[in-house]
Amino acid sequence: MRLYFRYLSILFKSQLQYRTSFWLLTVGQFFVPFSVFAGLYFMFDRFGQLREWSFFETALCYAIIHMAFALSECFVRGFDAFSGLISRGDFDRLLVRPRSTALQVLGSQFEFTRFGRLLQGIVVLAWALYKLPIEWDAAKAATLVLMILGGVLIFAGIYVLFATLCFWTVQGLEIANIFTDGGREMAQYPLNIYQKWVTLFFTFIIPFACVNYLPLLYLLGRADGDPVRYMLQPLAGILFLLPCLLVWRIGVRHYRSTGS
Amino acid sequence: MITLQGIGKSFKVARRAAGLRQAAKSLFVREHTVVEALRDITFQVGEGEIVGYIGPNGAGKSTSIKVMSGILVPDAGTCSIMGFTPWKERTAYVRNIGVVFGQRSQLWWDVPVLDSFQLLRDIYKIPAAEYAGQLALLTETLELGSLLQTPVRQLSLGQRMRCEIAASLLHSPRVLFLDEPTIGLDAVSKQAVRQFIRTINREKGVTVILTTHDMSDIEALASRILLIGKGTLLYDGTLSQLRGRFGSHRTVTAHYSENARPPEIPGAQTISWSPERAVFSVDTGQLPIADVLARLSGQVELLDVEIEAKPVEELIIELYKEHRI
Repeated sequence: MRLYFRYLSILFKSQLQYRTSFWLLTVGQFFVPFSVFAGLYFMFDRFGQLREWSFFETALCYAIIHMAFALSECFVRGFDAFSGLISRGDFDRLLVRPRSTALQVLGSQFEFTRFGRLLQGIVVLAWALYKLPIEWDAAKAATLVLMILGGVLIFAGIYVLFATLCFWTVQGLEIANIFTDGGREMAQYPLNIYQKWVTLFFTFIIPFACVNYLPLLYLLGRADGDPVRYMLQPLAGILFLLPCLLVWRIGVRHYRSTGS
Repeated sequence: MITLQGIGKSFKVARRAAGLRQAAKSLFVREHTVVEALRDITFQVGEGEIVGYIGPNGAGKSTSIKVMSGILVPDAGTCSIMGFTPWKERTAYVRNIGVVFGQRSQLWWDVPVLDSFQLLRDIYKIPAAEYAGQLALLTETLELGSLLQTPVRQLSLGQRMRCEIAASLLHSPRVLFLDEPTIGLDAVSKQAVRQFIRTINREKGVTVILTTHDMSDIEALASRILLIGKGTLLYDGTLSQLRGRFGSHRTVTAHYSENARPPEIPGAQTISWSPERAVFSVDTGQLPIADVLARLSGQVELLDVEIEAKPVEELIIELYKEHRI
């Protein structure tokens, strides 16, 4: 853990070396998802509501998934940008150091400019929470934090999975974006507005529903049954990440036997 | 210290024919050729040795270094280094080795060198006191004092290489693998790097395996040479043995007052001739140098004579030729 912070600080220093570009990118990241949110806003402006969901409820959903995405792009960037590490041949360097490869890849890159995007998520979150009549208690607050963290873990899992494919294909796969960007775009709306199979896919295969839609029902007081069941849903993020890390280990083993 | 026994490694390489149609086809069906990168490599290195690992490009040098440093798992054979099998107990093993890839940096590009060193200290979990001692020693012997606060991207290649080597020695490894450590360096930096490798070898007893294309590295550092070509080990011996094998040849250059006829020396080969100068290649095993000089002075009025042994560079070329690689 200490090493992870060491990596963080050294790469933060690196990025600050290019101050202008750092600030420009950060500001840019703040505005990138803006059009998406504007689209959301105008849609509700026109139609009033989506199924039984109001604008602010959807905005909350949007904020949570976008914050998770921003955090994952910042802190799990090493896996997201892993194809570069492989094609530069720098992965060999990681293998001659006495630490786990996953930790070292994680520490190989951070993208602090994503804080711009995170900030936008926070603004939307604050607005939505201000407008929504939620009765807050400790359990709900904890659930909200868990939702964001669980989301980060799911995005992380997708990055790891597609980084692993680089051991076979070398080039990064654009197809990963279907699941990260695509998943994000889908999950920014409450998932029950889609076809059944889409909902099922994002519940049981890539469990975005578990970190977003399902606990959201609980936050908004729409859940029936045991609230604990909804509260703990975001832990599915861990269940998703673990097999991904296992696949990663298989990938490393393959790399070491083929050297390519 | 290091024992390799029958190490073999082959790679599958996708074969791609020229042409758009073939390229399109290769998207779906790949034909593979198996390339044997290493074949039955066997050798031993004792503690405190410096071994020069040489061979033409693509001979398998890097692959062997990768196997020995635990990056690659070989298909066949056994390897034991300090009692470890490199690819089996990776994290425990790599704590004891240092690796320098001459063409790739292990330092963080945009931050001062010292920051990289501190990160390495945490990666290797080096105790504070040991780190301070080792850093002081390296700073002094490699003259890093003024470089430590400089971002890596502002260093010259020679300065950077000194820092790279220091970085790979912070954790006091017992074996050091150097993959082309002097590539691209100017004469002064080369000298400094060689000097330092000698120092840590002598004073700390670090075993060094280095690959290089620069034969003066070998001449300055390595008492022993391993020659590899097309994946097989072709020669394992000392530099002086190699000299003895090919080194009975001398090049004799004679300068003399103008003479219309080329001097003739039976048994020697005339390489070039002019009215003032002649160059011969002499096998001193067949024809003693004294005889050559006697013959020469009998035919021309000698002004000056140079006798040169073959440089290591040429010995290696002979060796390559002998093995047709």
